[in-house]
Amino acid sequence: MKLRTVILAGTALAMASGAATAMDMTIVSWGGAYSASQNNAYHKPYMELNPDVNIINDESSAEAVAKLRAMNEAGNVTWDLVDVVASDAIRLCDEGLAMEIDHDTVLAAAPDGTPASEDFGDLIVSECFIPQIVYSTTFGYRTDVADWGGNTPDDICDVFDLETFPGKRSLEKRPINNVEWALLCDGVAKDDVYSVLETEEGQAQAFAKLDTIKDQTVWWSAGAETPQLLADGEVVIGSTYNGRLFALIEEQKQPVAMLWDAQVFDLDGWIIPTGLPEERVAAVKDYLMFATDTQRLADQAKFISYGPARKSSAPLVGQHAELGIDMAPHMPTDPNNAKNTFLYNYEWWADYRDDIDAKFQAWLAR
Amino acid sequence: MSDATAGQVLTTQDGKPLKASLARALRREKLRALVLIAPLLLFVVLTFVAPIVDMLFRSVENGIVADTLPKTVVALQTWDPRSGEAPDEQVFAALYDDLAIAVEAKTHTRLGSRLNYEQTGISSLFRKTGRRINRMDEAGPFKDQFLNADKKWGEVETWQVLKQYSPRYTDGYFLSAVDAQRTIDGISLKPENEQIYLFLFGRTLFLSIVITISCLLLGYPIAFLLAHLPLRTSNLLMILVLLPFWTSLLVRTSAWKVLLQQQGVINDFLVWINLISDANRLVMINNQTGTIIAMTHILLPFMILPLYSVMKTISPSYVRAAKSLGATDWTAFWRVYFPQSVPGIGAGAVLVFILAIGYYITPELVGGTSGIFISNRIAFHISSSLNWGLAAALGTMLLVAVLVLFMVYDRIVGIDNVKLG
Repeated sequence: MKLRTVILAGTALAMASGAATAMDMTIVSWGGAYSASQNNAYHKPYMELNPDVNIINDESSAEAVAKLRAMNEAGNVTWDLVDVVASDAIRLCDEGLAMEIDHDTVLAAAPDGTPASEDFGDLIVSECFIPQIVYSTTFGYRTDVADWGGNTPDDICDVFDLETFPGKRSLEKRPINNVEWALLCDGVAKDDVYSVLETEEGQAQAFAKLDTIKDQTVWWSAGAETPQLLADGEVVIGSTYNGRLFALIEEQKQPVAMLWDAQVFDLDGWIIPTGLPEERVAAVKDYLMFATDTQRLADQAKFISYGPARKSSAPLVGQHAELGIDMAPHMPTDPNNAKNTFLYNYEWWADYRDDIDAKFQAWLAR
Repeated sequence: MSDATAGQVLTTQDGKPLKASLARALRREKLRALVLIAPLLLFVVLTFVAPIVDMLFRSVENGIVADTLPKTVVALQTWDPRSGEAPDEQVFAALYDDLAIAVEAKTHTRLGSRLNYEQTGISSLFRKTGRRINRMDEAGPFKDQFLNADKKWGEVETWQVLKQYSPRYTDGYFLSAVDAQRTIDGISLKPENEQIYLFLFGRTLFLSIVITISCLLLGYPIAFLLAHLPLRTSNLLMILVLLPFWTSLLVRTSAWKVLLQQQGVINDFLVWINLISDANRLVMINNQTGTIIAMTHILLPFMILPLYSVMKTISPSYVRAAKSLGATDWTAFWRVYFPQSVPGIGAGAVLVFILAIGYYITPELVGGTSGIFISNRIAFHISSSLNWGLAAALGTMLLVAVLVLFMVYDRIVGIDNVKLG
């Protein structure tokens, strides 16, 4: 009898406290320094303002597309907000797995009243995509290579120049970016790259150029590999995300420098999965209104060297939270770094990815 | 035999026929056994058989075209791709009706990305047309309006893909999985610069066999020592075998990176003792060598443990008897001991081979381009390209390959000759 009373009382208490306290919100991101920057810039301040919301970090962004599809098929979507790269956002939108949103009503306007759709501008590459940062894929090189005789690479085509800059390179194990760089260094004009790549001959031309460095190349599949290879001296020049190189150079003080030439801009941002109940959608939208405003995006740049996606955030970018150095010169969008940039064509790759990837993998295996 | 005994039925104490009574008792026994294993059976069916059947089914399932464009599929039946011309107005009218509904439900882009696996460019064709559909004139004529939206609607290839993939079941994924494709003239191999899967299947089999053999060569002496050293020493050795077994797979793989890379520990040591020059450091990682070394290390315990448990049961008196009859050490081992350890070799080899054939994380990390397996492509199609049909077809082929090899093994060695202890 007594035991039953205790159990009943306990259950009642648990239910009461459940109603009063936290509503959980699962936010999926990439983990590591990137999740930490989001935690510092978005999650913590939001939870201070909204003590009844408890944000749970899930580090599954790398498998987000496949997992979302599986969740959707099972009819049980457990994620509230997912951080993905723009090409995945387009894919998820096409598959009907991400919610289309009206950017001007869901997102806050800039402090001067510019509507969100203009503040983000061209970076809204899909109706489902809420841009967050601009990052770039670019090259880093070791500054202490004896064989180079004092030369330092300053041009993207130096990557393909084995005479002046001998040594191993590292490139990503996928065609995107690599075939564009190959064509640029094989005399194709920047504006013609994609129209050339549409043809069989153009693709063969790109692979022929890549052939010239194939046996000197280590192929990576995770962003952390190139920094490690550079630090170990396994490669002398390699491509990766600019934030990884920033950490290698400024935080770990390795003898590495950035090439920046022909860096390829890419975007990362949020999508809301489809199939969420209404009250969860409302909660996520409330979070998004806060976490993507001008100040919050600028705050994130204190913790990681990725450029905020809003035009209005750029002037607010300050110093690194721990190192105390100015972050602006380390942004891929900084005028000094962005002298020669390449724009990644999402629509084009959505069409050609399956085809060129098959050819690229066959080329790699041979 | 007399009539009396033949007619008399043996009964139990309560007067029932003995046979029926016995059968009932046995049936009850069986039923109870079945009830006892029912939870396990249900668990296996739900978590093992059902997912595999579901996966096998995905490799042929293709309802998406008929579900998204039902009227168009019917209208297309009369169109002949050999005519060399795009279909007529009637088909375009059906397409308009279907697309209007699909765009409302936002399923047209999903169909686009499905068909893009077969023909480059269909993904954007559907996305683009979807945006234009609401602005089209409902009264028609539709053909011109579609051609205005995108000239690809006027190309025979587009319609051919649509027609070819309109049945609810397709062999297309399996054809892709063997580097083939179906064109208007029947089945043919893909162009050489797109062939990859058969080659990868071959490499996966070859590398798995090499890994199994090297595991056996390294594992046999260790298992022998384990089984025959005094208990105290063999326990220590056993811990050395099990310790890496308990360590995370990723940690072990990363450790091999540190050891094997060109600026790594082994190369540094070889340069230091002047065995190789600084300019000619060995390339031992990001190629097949790396995959073989790392995977042999990771799978070694799976070879040693079954070998050990079989060797433990081999009575030392057989070898002693052989020696007392005049056999040399080698003859005693080869003719008496080794044949008794064959069941352990069989179990270890099957275990290692089947684990190796499906590995993907280690080849991905240390295999470079020449050391990757078919499973790396399956993982790519599951998580990156979302082409689950092709992934399922490749997975099915891998499963069938393993089953065939298992049967061959059964024929040659005999499956009852496999022992885990």
